Amino acid sequence: MLKVLSEIKLGEKVTVETVTHPYLSNKLIEMGMFAGTELELLYTAPFGDPIAISMNGSVLTLRLDEAKYIHVYNTPT
Amino acid sequence: MKIALFGNPNTGKSSVFNLLSGLRQQVGNFPGVTIEKKAGNFKIGDRKYQLTDFPGTYSIYPHSIDEEIVCQVLTNKQHEDFPELAIVVVDASNLERNMLLFTQLNDLNIPLILVLNMWDIAEKNGVKINVSLLQTAFPTSPIVTMNARIGLGKDRLLAAINSKDINQKNNLFIDGDFPCSINDKEGQQQETLKRYQKLKSLLVNVQLEKSTVKNTLSRKIDRVLIHRFWGYFIFLGILMTIFQFIFSFATIPMDWIDSSFVQMSNWLSQQLPQGLLTNLLTQGILPGIAGVLMFVPQIALLFFFIAILEESGYLSRVVFIMDRLLRPFGLNGKSVVPLISSLACAIPGIMATRTISDWKERLITILIAPLMSCSARIPVYTLLIALVIPKTYLLGFINVQGLVLLALYFLGLIAAILLAIVLKKFIKAKNKGFLIMDMPEYKKPRWRNVVTTVVEKISIFVWDAGKIILAISIILWVLASYGPTGNSARKIALAKKSSFYISSNRTEKQALIAAAKLEGSYMGMMGKFIEPVISPLGYDWKIGISLISSFAAREVFVGSLSTIYAVHDENEELQNLKTQLKNAKRPNGEEVYSLATGVSLMVFYVFAMQCMATLAVVKRETQSWRWPLIQLTIMGVMAYVSAFISYQLLA
Repeated sequence: MLKVLSEIKLGEKVTVETVTHPYLSNKLIEMGMFAGTELELLYTAPFGDPIAISMNGSVLTLRLDEAKYIHVYNTPT
Repeated sequence: MKIALFGNPNTGKSSVFNLLSGLRQQVGNFPGVTIEKKAGNFKIGDRKYQLTDFPGTYSIYPHSIDEEIVCQVLTNKQHEDFPELAIVVVDASNLERNMLLFTQLNDLNIPLILVLNMWDIAEKNGVKINVSLLQTAFPTSPIVTMNARIGLGKDRLLAAINSKDINQKNNLFIDGDFPCSINDKEGQQQETLKRYQKLKSLLVNVQLEKSTVKNTLSRKIDRVLIHRFWGYFIFLGILMTIFQFIFSFATIPMDWIDSSFVQMSNWLSQQLPQGLLTNLLTQGILPGIAGVLMFVPQIALLFFFIAILEESGYLSRVVFIMDRLLRPFGLNGKSVVPLISSLACAIPGIMATRTISDWKERLITILIAPLMSCSARIPVYTLLIALVIPKTYLLGFINVQGLVLLALYFLGLIAAILLAIVLKKFIKAKNKGFLIMDMPEYKKPRWRNVVTTVVEKISIFVWDAGKIILAISIILWVLASYGPTGNSARKIALAKKSSFYISSNRTEKQALIAAAKLEGSYMGMMGKFIEPVISPLGYDWKIGISLISSFAAREVFVGSLSTIYAVHDENEELQNLKTQLKNAKRPNGEEVYSLATGVSLMVFYVFAMQCMATLAVVKRETQSWRWPLIQLTIMGVMAYVSAFISYQLLA
């Protein structure tokens, strides 16, 4: 099921489908976030925003405003 | 030979830099832009090397002002910082992402050395890398494994630099047009994806084992430090401890600096022949230098703590938990450090905003930073509080004077927040702000890096702020020492006739003459000139002189009042000044330093932008006079209006 990164729950493991941010797509892609990259929601800041995700062994922070442009699906187990 | 350092953020690039250049570092700017450039020198045998540290980036294509310099330099062979050799630092545990930048530099045909940093940690975590296979993929670029934080592999790196043949041509990693034009976002994206694809297939064989460790310790610590309640509680606790420490310990070296400069200038004025140059030295230059050095202990201590928090990885967590709270004010989680630094001095604070990649959020942070009560305001607050606030206790144990001091800090903070809200409405931004940041693992701070940071921040303050404070001190000395011909002489003659003068002893007489001379100087005339404007705030021309002098640095207020009120005993200056000020009367017999005037002055100092050095730094950081002038006006209006209201309400 396709959803956006801002909607996933704590500990949920997902895979990136597309990154469609109007001006930050390239930055995220350069940081290693593109189709097929696996992500896991590690924790959210108090008030639920920003979020910290694990990606390729490092931890990346994003505001929900940015996360909503990242389309993901649940990683098949 | 010119060597440049590149790498992603958090790869230990600055550790490599510190390891190679030691403390022989210069911090400056890249030509024509305000991006900080760290340069250092080192030698291997007789060969000299010039090392330049570039801002951390993931790619040569820029997404922030800081990253632009990387692209500008690398795509222009004529640029004065174009390197003859580049060292790319990568985190051995995260090869795939880190290698992107390396392959780009490779394809620009720049001679390269690849540093697989934090090698021992990666090995411990179970990472296995086939270095010789990676070497065959990039045969012209020597690969060095090291851990720069603990100095591991330094010899290997030096040997690699020494033996590298910079005339060899690199094999291209990918074909096609490279680099893409800055505006061709689509082309850049395609190129990046192509590189990652190729890297993936290469690394399948190179990276034999990935990290088996899940950093459970970091996760566990994070559960507490990012907690919705404990996170803020701990942050506040750490802040309070730091400031408690600074306020109790910084005064010791500060007093020492102060008294040794006073002694030195007294001694010199006795030793040197009397005259213009001696006066310039003892009354203009030396007090100016003392005024700069006085703040070094506080700034050093604050940055010592900030560097430890930064090195340990904790500051990224602070950014993370503060971001949502600060966003409604047009700020960023990364505004926290600049604003805290501004409690010591706004200058390093404003320079620390460079980490905020969004222009609007950065600009708002710069504009509100000087409202945080800096250390130069403390002497002013202390004097005024002692003067007009009674030393009584609320409920028997709350010190009212201390409460007022705290209230002044909060007044500045609240004003900063309100100003931020207003600015957010008026400043236009092309794009929405963002917070995409790598959160590093927790690690033990390295003292070498901490010391380097402290030295760097102090030198920024001493040179940037120092030269302006010194220049203004000299100008103020000229204005206070000279006046229209005969003007001072008339005032002195008048003073000599007073009965008070005749009954005074010799030192008192000298002080009274000095005060009369000041009254007749250009400075005295300026004070009298602005008197009509400031009298609705409850100030007379003497306070006017002190307000003008405060433009060098706020704490000059105290010193110039001492001169005006003819205080002579250096040791008991403050005590003495307090008595003098308490007894000061207006022509109509009311006391000058009433509660109303005192409060009005304190409020004025909370808001007014009386710091030329800060204005100069804001000009440099925003690249135009527009923002510092707007800042000066806004803060000036805030100061005048609120001082007016407080005086009129209390009088």
